[in-house]
Amino acid sequence: MRKLIASSANTQLPSAQIAGKSHKHESADRQVSGQARYVDDMPEPANFHHAAVGLSQVSSGIITSVDLSAVRSSEGVIDVITVEDVPGHIDIGPVFKGDPVLAHKEILFNGQPIFAVLATSVNLARQAALKAKIIIDASAACLTIADAKAQDNYVRPPHFIRQGDFATHYQQSQHQVSGELIIGGQEHLYLEGQVSLAIPEEQDRMLVYTSSQHPSEVQKLIAEVLGIKLHKVVVDMRRMGGGFGGKETQAAQWACLAALLASRNKVAVKLRLPRMQDMQATGKRHPFENRYTVGFDKLGVIQATHVEINGNCGHSPDLSDAIVDRAMFHCDNTYYLADCYIEGHRCRTNQVSHTAYRGFGGPQGMIVAEAMLDAIARKLREDPLTVRLRNLYDDKQRNTTPYGMVIEHNLTKDILDKLTTSSDYWARREAITQFNATSPIIKKGLALTPVKFGISFTAQHLNQAGALLHVYTDGSMQINHGGTEMGQGLHTKIGQIVANEFGVPLSWIEVTSTRTDKVPNTSPTAASSGTDLNGKAAQNACITIKQRLAELYAQQFNADPTTVEFAGQQVNCGDNSIAFVDLIQQAYFARISLSATGFYKTPKIYYDRTTGKGRPFFYFAYGASCSEVSIDTLTGEYKVDRVDILHDVGTSINPAIDIGQIEGGFIQGMGWLTSEELLWDKQGKLISNNPATYKIPAIGDTPAIFNVALYPRANDEDSIYHSKAVGEPPFMLANSVWCALKDAISSITDYQLDPQLPVPATPEKVFWAVQQAMDYRVKTAERHFESAERQVESAEQKA
Amino acid sequence: MLRFLLNDKLIEFSPTQADLTVLNYLREDKQLCGSKEGCASGDCGACTVVLAEVSETTGNNKPAKLHYRAINSCITFMSALQGKQLISVEHLAKGDKLHPVQQSMVDHHGSQCGFCTPGFIMSMFALYHQDIDVNRPVVEHALSGNLCRCTGYRPIIDATLHACANKKNKQIDHFSHNEQQTIEQLQSLTINENDDSHLLTPTNRSSLAAAIKAYPTAPLFAGSTDLALQVTQQLKQFERLISLSNVTELKQLKVQDHGLMIGAALPLSDIEASLLQYFPTLSELFSRFASHPVRNQASLGGNVANASPIGDMPPVLLALNATIELDNGHTRRSVKANEFFLDYRKTAMQQGEWIEGIFLPFLKNNSHLQAYKVSKRMEDDISAVCAVFNLELNNNKVVSLSCGFGGVAATPVSIDLDTLLKAHNWSDAATFELGKTLLSQSFQPIDDVRASKEYRQAMLVSLWRRFWLQTNSHSQIIATRVVQIPTLNVEADHA
Repeated sequence: MRKLIASSANTQLPSAQIAGKSHKHESADRQVSGQARYVDDMPEPANFHHAAVGLSQVSSGIITSVDLSAVRSSEGVIDVITVEDVPGHIDIGPVFKGDPVLAHKEILFNGQPIFAVLATSVNLARQAALKAKIIIDASAACLTIADAKAQDNYVRPPHFIRQGDFATHYQQSQHQVSGELIIGGQEHLYLEGQVSLAIPEEQDRMLVYTSSQHPSEVQKLIAEVLGIKLHKVVVDMRRMGGGFGGKETQAAQWACLAALLASRNKVAVKLRLPRMQDMQATGKRHPFENRYTVGFDKLGVIQATHVEINGNCGHSPDLSDAIVDRAMFHCDNTYYLADCYIEGHRCRTNQVSHTAYRGFGGPQGMIVAEAMLDAIARKLREDPLTVRLRNLYDDKQRNTTPYGMVIEHNLTKDILDKLTTSSDYWARREAITQFNATSPIIKKGLALTPVKFGISFTAQHLNQAGALLHVYTDGSMQINHGGTEMGQGLHTKIGQIVANEFGVPLSWIEVTSTRTDKVPNTSPTAASSGTDLNGKAAQNACITIKQRLAELYAQQFNADPTTVEFAGQQVNCGDNSIAFVDLIQQAYFARISLSATGFYKTPKIYYDRTTGKGRPFFYFAYGASCSEVSIDTLTGEYKVDRVDILHDVGTSINPAIDIGQIEGGFIQGMGWLTSEELLWDKQGKLISNNPATYKIPAIGDTPAIFNVALYPRANDEDSIYHSKAVGEPPFMLANSVWCALKDAISSITDYQLDPQLPVPATPEKVFWAVQQAMDYRVKTAERHFESAERQVESAEQKA
Repeated sequence: MLRFLLNDKLIEFSPTQADLTVLNYLREDKQLCGSKEGCASGDCGACTVVLAEVSETTGNNKPAKLHYRAINSCITFMSALQGKQLISVEHLAKGDKLHPVQQSMVDHHGSQCGFCTPGFIMSMFALYHQDIDVNRPVVEHALSGNLCRCTGYRPIIDATLHACANKKNKQIDHFSHNEQQTIEQLQSLTINENDDSHLLTPTNRSSLAAAIKAYPTAPLFAGSTDLALQVTQQLKQFERLISLSNVTELKQLKVQDHGLMIGAALPLSDIEASLLQYFPTLSELFSRFASHPVRNQASLGGNVANASPIGDMPPVLLALNATIELDNGHTRRSVKANEFFLDYRKTAMQQGEWIEGIFLPFLKNNSHLQAYKVSKRMEDDISAVCAVFNLELNNNKVVSLSCGFGGVAATPVSIDLDTLLKAHNWSDAATFELGKTLLSQSFQPIDDVRASKEYRQAMLVSLWRRFWLQTNSHSQIIATRVVQIPTLNVEADHA
């Protein structure tokens, strides 16, 4: 008989709630000591080689000849492949077609991979890749949204959302204002670049280690390019060195190429992109160019709104349909747009195919709402916060979004009120106005903006998750689920949920690497959904095993199994109590399965694209931020001096991790709005292609005063422990930085002008907006002077 | 043969590949994969390691100490390790017990994805061993070369302050505990430059001249922070390289009667204290020169020899009327800074010559020196425009006015404001306008990834205006900066 490990029933820990506590990240100790292993750190398997890719140097054209002889004869080269060598599918588009694994006849963007080379070292592979002679019959590239629209060049058909009668109510509005906003994209700049390691196993089987937010899709695409069935491929994903959406679809190509080379040559293959290639060859946040036309009354209350949203999708659809949809779903933010018409266009350009990035189009939509509210406020000479408050969704009327979803449990007003108080907004507004009156060079700005972000994948089928729980005979457990760990603390929260369910210490729970052979057909870890979906799935697995244990224990006392409780490493039933470990061992001997799966699907959600109506979101996450900035009008340089944030995460499962997401999301959003500028040259080549030319926030950009608080209220919907998703919503808290910069510039005109400030608002862009404000001031002064002169003249004439 | 300690192991290493980086050595040769490659260009800091070396203690009786400095291992060639202890993240914890900086990072939730974390830990560790008062600006300075994409930095700042700021809390770690033993080991690691290495490490003027004579096409380098980019970014291969880091004559810092003589191969962080003592207004520009780990490697000589139009120090040298001291082993000569930069990355240096030092004449008592840099980001960014003005006044009349600019032409450049404005009353608006006109007409800057030509043109005027405002004694005191760069503490034994 199998001898079991002695139980340790008398080493009881105090029965503290494990969920709800700021436990450290499950990998923290290994991360700080350099032991946390990323794909590039894995011990080398036997028979191990390295791959590199050769990229197109032109943006558009037809490939007329590919001469790879010099690549093949380069030192250390083992194999070279082009699209002709792909045995299975060549298109790895995630939803729609359009993404060949290697260029197929046509060149679609500058930086597109044309071939892959396998060599005995990384350096030799990369050296060899430089030696290709490729002739491309270049054609005129479509590089801007304007060009795409002029050419009717779209990756997907447009989508429209309508509420009421925009045209009539716009005509009837007392005031009208319209504007245009140029919004730049954003490079993910995950610190760990794209990497995959493919190890061929018996016959045609393949094991792949990858840094991906979507292992199931990587598995599927590898199987497809190899022309085998999915069950021959296992994808293992322990952790990513950052994802942010950039490894949702963009990781697959490198895994497929590694697997192709591994399969052909029967050797282990690692493909890791050098940073510059990573930045050239992988998709980014979509640049947008959006327009609004809004009618409002004398109080600034919106009567009618037209928003035109144009996403630069790059060369293929990728996820752009859902991304432009999400931009449309968020161009209202927390404001009732009244009678409105929202159109969303998916423009095709010869750029890399733009892709998921934290917020998924939401930020590019929401910023239009804030631009619109600023414009209304300046037109009426009101404080922007006053006008924002007047336009919030109501509780009873004016509470339906343009897409027909009734907003329940709206927290915006309360969050704004509390933050207005805690940030001392009105007193600081007064102090800043006074400061600006006496400071000719440095101007301060202040803004307080809300966030309302819809939680759920807008593709309904993705809102499902699975988990697999094993309980071992010493009481320790392994939990596996479909979500991936990219630093956001998902595994920590899942561990806490499992420990909490069983009332055992967190150290008893091991969250194992995400593997397609443990939980199948998973959704990407995206849309902030990781904990909502996988946490519930894990909880359901726990409940299954708890039920088995409860029945076993309750029957010993003829008690009702529903009265059995799990807490403090004990299992209690009425007055009876047993150590958890002892009950597990009883269960083993009683031949009760100690392994279970769990499954979850999000309730209530639906969306009809033909009518543009539905409930695409299970719930909304709310927040607000208040930012104060100083700008230097001589140069456009600026500093974010103080930030106050109040954010809604429902009941926090781990406050430290949630605050980490809020702060990190805010700073990343601030980077998008300020210093992170993607630039392409006139031929369509990315020139901000490394961290020396593309500037994400550095340590000195963190505001000196940075107050972050959680809004204490449980999610009204039945989410895991009534928590709320936190990955994406805080990104848009940074909108207050952009609005504060505009506020500082507007002060030059005595708050009369709504300055045009593109995103990102680099010092140069701020400088030009300052010049615009100064010109306005001069012209206004001239007008005043002229009208004063005319008054004098007419007075003289009268006299 | 290079001799160094890798953590606590003595390594004798004959580089067969001259351009091997320390990062690849650690990850590929030693399977120490804690240090990460994030960019291979010294911009992200994920590869940060610490070099400990025995501090110079010339002229006093202080005991020898170890000086710890963080560097970017991805752009450092192996010669940098000679005679030093290379400390990687794997060596900090003792068994299961984390080092105080590691424990603090855990306690403050400072790691999320964890990929940048080892680099931060190493920068924190180097700061832990600095004998200075640590406050937030010091933390930001010490971690200015480390990028984190997840946290927004707040918990990392808190973790560093907690571990490093309170001296009383500081525990003696195993490095301090073994300090004397390590010093003895390091002092025994003399250089052996007689073997046929591909990575030459001459130690004096004559052996340097001999090395250049033997390998006239082998590039010279000191910190390698620029040269290594050609290897890691352009995949260039160097058969043979000559390191200047051990050449005694190039590592002198002398305070002379009329100025500072700065050895060309000294790391910038070693000249910081003296430079800022005599030129305190360079504090901001200096602290924004690349990043802390880059300044721990990069040299003034390298910055000058590269002659990049966007280098941070050449405009300073132009404005200070510095001279570049050249040598070829036989003849020394001095070239004025404004005659040194000939064309895009082309200098007055001749084949066989190297820069021995840079001479910076002291400022006059009534001089005003200001150095301005405009970039997208404060930390670790390259100038869109750099402008340095050096004004001498007598009774508010201009006695002399020299200047230097970066980012506005193919080379670092100067213009003759001096002739135009000499004897003018400095506070007259007309003086400002005269200078403004000349500045607006003198350059044809270009559009690039950092700025448009129009912005650069406008900045020349704006920075001139700022200088005029800041130096105008009887104008009202008005705020002209959004940032205040504090004068940083520099460790005493490097002063």
